[in-house]
Amino acid sequence: MLLIHCPYCEEARPEVEFVYGGEAHIARPVDPSTYSDEQWEEFLYIRSNPRGRHHERWRHTHGCGRFFNAVRDTVTDVFETTYKAGEARK
Amino acid sequence: MKRFSGFNLIGEAFRSHQGWPEHWPDKAPKASYDAIIVGAGGHGLGAAYYLAKKYGITNVAVIEKGWLGGGNTGRNTTIIRSNYLYDESAHLYDHAVKLWDGLSQDLNYNIMYSKRGVLMLAHNVHDVQSFKRHIHANRLNGVDNEWLTPEECKAYCPPLDISPRTRHPVLGGALQRRGGTARHDSVAWGYARAASALGVDIIQNCAVTGIRRGADGAVEGVETERGYIACRRVGVSAAGSTSLVMKMAGLDFPLESYPLQALVSEPVKPIFPCVVMSNTVHAYMSQSDKGELVIGAGTDQYTSYSQRGAFHIVEHTLAAICEIFPIFTRMRMLRTWGGIVDVTPDRSPILGKTPVKGLYVNCGWGTGGFKATPGAGDLLAYTMAHDEPHKINAPYNLDRFRNGRLIDEAAAAAVAH
Repeated sequence: MLLIHCPYCEEARPEVEFVYGGEAHIARPVDPSTYSDEQWEEFLYIRSNPRGRHHERWRHTHGCGRFFNAVRDTVTDVFETTYKAGEARK
Repeated sequence: MKRFSGFNLIGEAFRSHQGWPEHWPDKAPKASYDAIIVGAGGHGLGAAYYLAKKYGITNVAVIEKGWLGGGNTGRNTTIIRSNYLYDESAHLYDHAVKLWDGLSQDLNYNIMYSKRGVLMLAHNVHDVQSFKRHIHANRLNGVDNEWLTPEECKAYCPPLDISPRTRHPVLGGALQRRGGTARHDSVAWGYARAASALGVDIIQNCAVTGIRRGADGAVEGVETERGYIACRRVGVSAAGSTSLVMKMAGLDFPLESYPLQALVSEPVKPIFPCVVMSNTVHAYMSQSDKGELVIGAGTDQYTSYSQRGAFHIVEHTLAAICEIFPIFTRMRMLRTWGGIVDVTPDRSPILGKTPVKGLYVNCGWGTGGFKATPGAGDLLAYTMAHDEPHKINAPYNLDRFRNGRLIDEAAAAAVAH
């Protein structure tokens, strides 16, 4: 089980308190009606799925309830850092 | 290849079995091939076998980063079934089940396909309605599936607790009698041996490091750890690593890789006659011919390539198993392991051509690729030989994520695939 540092609670808590929220920094369409099929495909379905550094969202569901971002190595599962939603990509 | 037969077995008995040749020789890569398969799991070896056997392309190499059958082929729970809801899925998975039948004879290798039946338990009203819908849909597609009452479930699988007072009461079950299990390693070895006998080169410990494309964008060959190999037809069957291989050709795929765990108990005498799946509590179990209970758990919630999963996932599954089968509460578990499964947004595979000419893909089988091994191999081979998908795998194209024609088995089959 992962130990995850919540940047809001400023505490490392067990994974069962958190829900994984998928890849981070995927921006919603600003003007959806102008989006082409290719852009929708890219936004909805295409994921980077890297072997190594992965930017991802987590939600501290059984804690503060807030979303935050994390950088985790997908080979070792070690967290490099976690940071608050809205902060620049690390 | 020396055929396995009663006659040869008796002959070898007089020679202390010293005359059996190796199943498949270790080959060094040639400078070029007519077709290359990336990934020597069951699917990839199956594709190589059918390319040589059915479609007449024998100058084929299967390139594997690790060892043959060492990925998800060697890490699954060996369940075979085809009771999927949608027409496209029923056709795809039943194509595989039809090939499983007679595969031992076809390969001259005992893959131990055992039609012991797959029983899917219903624990609530929604399950009952959903499974009955599945049964009707399956029957319309010619796939056998029948409804059992709790008493009939108990008669079919005696260790089951059908008392209404349990935490997960059994309200009935859907039984596919043609479903069952096969010996996963034998499947990989059988395909490797038979393909090798037809002239296929199996190259292990040789990772693909790049895919070279010509001026027109078409595939020209693959870069490997053991040098460049020219080839105009490359089929990728790399399961959890498909995203990485596809990036070498400049393609981004709608895939995410998750760890999926399974575990086995200490071996005991035969007690468990069939495969039981419970989607609601997410547990499935069968007993191997060695006597171990083979138990499948769920995926972890996060993407990973670590080939190991979290302990609380296993704990959750075992808690459910102990509720449904109180007889097993004192069983000890011997081993757990994890594999990396490539999951698509609609939980259906991608099997066909890619935007790059000469590059074909078989991926996205998620948590349930083993059951499809012969079918996926055959269809990938067909697609590579004809440069056109077969009508069974035509719906499983990449375009569906653009035109919205998804095959949404995620909702249809709940969590267990």
